[in-house]
Amino acid sequence: MALLEVRDLKTAFKTDDGIVQAVDGLSFTVEKGRTVAIVGESGCGKSVTCLSIMGLNPRQNTVTSGEAIFKDRDLLKLRPEEMRRVRGNEISMIFQDPMTSLNPVHTIGRQLREAVTLHESVGKQAAHRRALEMVKAVGIPRAETRLDDYPHQFSGGMRQRVMIAMALINNPDLLIADEPTTALDVTTQAQILNLMNQLQRDFGSAIILITHDLGVVAETADDVLVMYAAEAIEQGGYGDIFYRPRHPYTWGLLSSLPRLAQGTELKPIPGAPPSLLRPPPGCRFHLRCPYAFDRCRTDVPPLQPAPDKPDHLDACHLDEAAKQRGAEEILGRITVGTP
Amino acid sequence: MIRYIIRRLLWAVVLFISVTLATYLIFYIIPVDPARLAAGKAATPHDVQVVAHRLYLDRPIYEQYLHFLDRLVLHFDLGYSYANRQDVRATVLNAAPVTASLVLGAVVVWMLIAVPVGVYSALRPRSLGDRTAMIGVLTGISVHPVWLGLVASYILGFQLDLFPIQGYCAFTGKAPGEVCGGPVDWFYHLIVPWMVFAVLYAAFYVRMIRSTVLETLNEDYVRTARAKGAPEQRVLIHHVLRNAMLPVVTMLGMDVALALGGAVLLEQVFGLPGLGYVALHSLFQYDYPITLGVVVFASLLVIVFNLVVDLLYAWIDPRIRLA
Repeated sequence: MALLEVRDLKTAFKTDDGIVQAVDGLSFTVEKGRTVAIVGESGCGKSVTCLSIMGLNPRQNTVTSGEAIFKDRDLLKLRPEEMRRVRGNEISMIFQDPMTSLNPVHTIGRQLREAVTLHESVGKQAAHRRALEMVKAVGIPRAETRLDDYPHQFSGGMRQRVMIAMALINNPDLLIADEPTTALDVTTQAQILNLMNQLQRDFGSAIILITHDLGVVAETADDVLVMYAAEAIEQGGYGDIFYRPRHPYTWGLLSSLPRLAQGTELKPIPGAPPSLLRPPPGCRFHLRCPYAFDRCRTDVPPLQPAPDKPDHLDACHLDEAAKQRGAEEILGRITVGTP
Repeated sequence: MIRYIIRRLLWAVVLFISVTLATYLIFYIIPVDPARLAAGKAATPHDVQVVAHRLYLDRPIYEQYLHFLDRLVLHFDLGYSYANRQDVRATVLNAAPVTASLVLGAVVVWMLIAVPVGVYSALRPRSLGDRTAMIGVLTGISVHPVWLGLVASYILGFQLDLFPIQGYCAFTGKAPGEVCGGPVDWFYHLIVPWMVFAVLYAAFYVRMIRSTVLETLNEDYVRTARAKGAPEQRVLIHHVLRNAMLPVVTMLGMDVALALGGAVLLEQVFGLPGLGYVALHSLFQYDYPITLGVVVFASLLVIVFNLVVDLLYAWIDPRIRLA
């Protein structure tokens, strides 16, 4: 039985210009202890998906429908107080920008202790011990003295470690990481990813990892969900997406991944994602798709399983032969020049 | 922290010297001979010269200023009025509590109105309550305090006879020759002036607090607090308000100085014998020891208040304390 099962999740924002359908019918499952990566360009609805699961979208102008079954409860139907007890305890979240995600006027010790005492009635001493333990676990040097420091006294990488410590302090079943390494420099990124992998092994939490960086996906994910313009356009196992990609958008993402090998050219996807206020008819990717034909401009392609693999889904009108050819061509190109 | 306080104190000294020096220069420039005023109407040119010598008025301006500083710092002495020979220190110290009561009381009243209303508006933007508050803000900003003061004192004081129309009572008790005194009379006489004074500033502060709270609600760390599972009330008090109050506290320091200027008008309206009242009369008579005395006291008040605000600021925001 899956830890989290999301079915037909839809989130819309009411704005002055009209209704923005930020997430449009997303379904996926997260198994215990596994990592699911949600990949896509900025503004495709990755973050909104997670904020919807956490119930953290602004209440006044958001309409959410569908189901998010977590340990036999539908998170989308919980009362605010019940959802509050889930947040930070059973499901916790870390965010993109560690520079702004910690409260500047409280010490990190106080912020870590707060995470404990919000969910358990323990004394300050016990909360302090837990905080210290976690700060050590995430590899912050001189943990004892640093608990009394304020966020501005830490570097970006150290702050993200504090965020991870805070997220894992109550030993949650699920950790949602929203672009946890985007704001960090490359060497720090690698350290944070290693830390998350290691802590996942130690704590056994499942992870939903949001990213636009396929390099990060390659290092961490078990399952991958590729999103484009509020919809899932391809989803499957790590190997399916990296070695048997079936959707032209995934091909585009793979060939825009920089590689150190000589003779490989960086090929960006031309154009920008469409407005979610008035999405284009047919396949939402057709305006930027080099393979698009007439049908793509009128008919919405359904999300369908591959003929030989029922858990590898994609939404594209291309026929089987074209998908095979496309995948081979892309893989051929991105492996050219590698030893 | 100690270095921070020392730095602030040094700034206060610089501020004090600049303000008093500027006032000195203004009096030096205006074409009135203070010695003639001090000597009286029947004085001969010789008398005027004697007076000028005795009051240091025949010296260059920097010597005059140094003499003034020397007297003030070493003897806490501000000299005597040219118009009526009264001790300036006594005059100012009599008037100061009146102005201080008026301004500080008004600050308390306007913050008591502005914080809850501003926070409420920010939490429910575009709601009926928010819109009502915003109409109130617009009205408060548009209404002139002097007009409001006259209307309030006419309606509440004269027609309804609920509050005194004019006058002041000392907080400390009844002085000989006074008709009233003590905290109760003090409060009773000041409540209408406070309210009138507070209206304009409360309006500004409601708007400011509303916008800083709205801004802070969108901060990433507020989302973090919610993601941790903090209840809304806790998010508001521990994570939003403390950060949202930073710009408000800064503004408060500056606005108290502005309010001292505003006090001049309201003291006239409500017949309060405060610093503004004293300063205004001294200006009409070119009685510059008195004017200078008021400037000294007012700048001290502003400096002390700013110091308090700076310390408060450092207490709220660790980034300043440790910088």
